[in-house]
Amino acid sequence: MDEHDDHDHDHGHGHHHHDHDHAAAAVPHAPPAKDEKIHTYHQALGLALKELLIEKGVFTPDEIRKAIEWRDSITPATGAEIVARAWSDPAYKKRLLADGTAAIKEFGHDMGALHLVVVENTPEVHNMIVCTLCSCYPRAILGLPPPWYKSREYRSRAVREPRAVLKEFGTVLPDGVEVRVHDSTADMRYLVLPMRPKGAETMNEQQLAELVTRDCMVGVSLPKLN
Amino acid sequence: MGNDLRPGDRVRVREDFPQGHIRTPVYVRGKEGVVVKNFGSFPNPELLALGRDGLPKKTLYEIAFKQCELWPDYNGPESDTLMIDIYEHWLSKV
Repeated sequence: MDEHDDHDHDHGHGHHHHDHDHAAAAVPHAPPAKDEKIHTYHQALGLALKELLIEKGVFTPDEIRKAIEWRDSITPATGAEIVARAWSDPAYKKRLLADGTAAIKEFGHDMGALHLVVVENTPEVHNMIVCTLCSCYPRAILGLPPPWYKSREYRSRAVREPRAVLKEFGTVLPDGVEVRVHDSTADMRYLVLPMRPKGAETMNEQQLAELVTRDCMVGVSLPKLN
Repeated sequence: MGNDLRPGDRVRVREDFPQGHIRTPVYVRGKEGVVVKNFGSFPNPELLALGRDGLPKKTLYEIAFKQCELWPDYNGPESDTLMIDIYEHWLSKV
């Protein structure tokens, strides 16, 4: 069901202003040329499989639509709600860190066969999440991962030079803070519990949730007061 | 169950390159780290990928590596770490 977020490639045709043969490709919204391949091999394979499964009555197009709708209804705001609760309720924070899978059930979220591990940022430790092998991500509470999370650049560099990657996200940490990268390779999905920023002491849960962005929960950024 | 590793045990990741769906990234193979946590046992993904039942289940451990030991030219303080989840059959006690 990921097909709709796989159109994020820019093949750079925009630079070939002199090349009239490819002029159509330089116009992003131009109609496809007669010989232009609309789908890649694997997209075509996915579509063919979907059509066969529908034909066989395994599921209906409406069920697929509903599944995509459900998937799209999960956004980083879902995760932000959980972080804000942990910031406001020390007992909830304790449960969340002890067993993330069970603690998010209190919000009605289900990890299915997977497990949620919540890692806490402290003045001494900064956590950052990556999946070097593919795109493992806590989708049940953050939705679909952003394209950069799935890019080869992020996946290879986050483990190789995390501080350089963090800097590109505007996050510079002193050498005294341990950078702890979590490579999610198996059945665990990771969520970063950021530190509650200074100046947010009097905020209520809803106001706190607004400070928590997706990037904070992946650990490439820190919550900031506007 | 399994090779019964405990938190604090120093382990080495098997330096092996079998074909198939392997969830042990190449950059940690042959490297030494320390057991942080035992996550319990899970169906073996190498068998699940072949359409089998993944049994017997394999114990999954969280292993911590020092970045400066993974990458000799690592650009950062010695305290920086990499944590990764590795199944028991890829680990041996040092």
